[in-house]
Amino acid sequence: MIAIPSRHRSLTLLAGVVVAQLLLLAVQIKRERQVRLIRVWAVEMISPLQRIASWAIYGVENGWGGYIGLRRAQKDNDSLHAEMDRLKVRNAELEGRALEADRLAGLLSFRDAHSEVPMLAARVIGGSPDTNSLLVYINRGSRDSIHRDMGVITPDGVVGKILAVYPDASQVLLLGDKESGVGALLADTRTQGPVRGTGEPQLSLDYISNDEKVSVGEAVLTSGQDRIFPKDLPVGTVVEVTPDRKSPFMRIRVKPAAHLDRLEEVMILLTRQDLELKKETGSSADANITPNAAPGNAAKAPAKAQQ
Amino acid sequence: MENTEIYTGPEPHIEVHKYYGGVVPVAVVLALVLQAFLPVHLRWANYLELPLLITLYFALSKRNPSSGLLLGMAIGLLQDSLSRTPIGLYGIAKTLVGFLGSSIGARIDVEHPIARFILTIGFYLFHHAIFNLLSHWLLARPSEPYLPISILIASVVNGFLAIGLFSLLDRFRKPS
Repeated sequence: MIAIPSRHRSLTLLAGVVVAQLLLLAVQIKRERQVRLIRVWAVEMISPLQRIASWAIYGVENGWGGYIGLRRAQKDNDSLHAEMDRLKVRNAELEGRALEADRLAGLLSFRDAHSEVPMLAARVIGGSPDTNSLLVYINRGSRDSIHRDMGVITPDGVVGKILAVYPDASQVLLLGDKESGVGALLADTRTQGPVRGTGEPQLSLDYISNDEKVSVGEAVLTSGQDRIFPKDLPVGTVVEVTPDRKSPFMRIRVKPAAHLDRLEEVMILLTRQDLELKKETGSSADANITPNAAPGNAAKAPAKAQQ
Repeated sequence: MENTEIYTGPEPHIEVHKYYGGVVPVAVVLALVLQAFLPVHLRWANYLELPLLITLYFALSKRNPSSGLLLGMAIGLLQDSLSRTPIGLYGIAKTLVGFLGSSIGARIDVEHPIARFILTIGFYLFHHAIFNLLSHWLLARPSEPYLPISILIASVVNGFLAIGLFSLLDRFRKPS
């Protein structure tokens, strides 16, 4: 055993005595809220260790929980995305159905308003693969008493005519096709001229003399001369008038009344009987045209069918 | 087990004074009684620190750090018991005074009055500093200016008192 030198012995004794008296003081002295100083020292000595331990445990728990939580969150995220995609598709489907319902309601309303004129509703089921031809197929054919050259309209205006008939389907030549045409007249002046398709979105009103007064925005109606469409059905609206110096006729461009690029449901005129277009409230057809007007009284026909 | 001793060199010869039996306890008791009694009747007695003087005297005389610190501790604890301070406050201060006094007493001549006067002033200020530090740290008392005039005056007064008191206590030493 190593003998401790006397000077170290006395220092050790001093340290022991001072510490003992400090502890004695700590037992007596009370800090705020009557907590004894010795408790304060003990807590302050232990609490850093407790904090470190809880930090370590909490960190591990949190990390593990976070990892598990992330995996779960990833799974939930994926399933939510899938659900969202499914709902988007469903929503689009429902929106389409709602729009279809509106259109069908409009057609029904149109037909009811003109119940004296036999017409048959049809759905466009396909288009032509040939980009040079503006053709559509409808779901009515010979079984539905459809014949060639029957007129096809929508509540907005003239669409085209039946080009070919099959048992359960028919081919419709749209007004915009280069081979298509309809007898037409200007609503204001009652000047007649054929409207033919150009293969482009706009139609062409031909054989209108340069002397005629034609204004942009003027309505173009069917003349009934082609024996396909009844008179005074909306064909379109004049959008461009250009006098042609090389020819005696003006160059007139017409915007179709019917939405030839957005056809979904159409009406087939089963007869050439004159169609007195009536104003329908609440329908998508806005054909406010007074048919059979006297030549001297060119009725102003606000062709509102175009949109 | 083999005993191993570390050789620290020859111990220098230090004269240790011994006292007649009972002198130390009587001196301690008298100091405490007078310290409690005198300030009540004499205002200037507030400057006195008799227990400190007794601690210092016996520490310087006995020249043993262990006994010096134990005596200081005992005197300090008794003083705490008789006052409103928590027990241990004066105890720690006088423990340190007893230890340091004994250590110094073993190294320098402490018999000369001037040495006693200077040592008393120094230890009085040291004792006051330790007491203030402990009060501030443990009791959360606001810290005071370290050397107010009153403390300086008190240290000088106790220095002069120590000259007379120490000479009186020297008479109770056992002849060597």
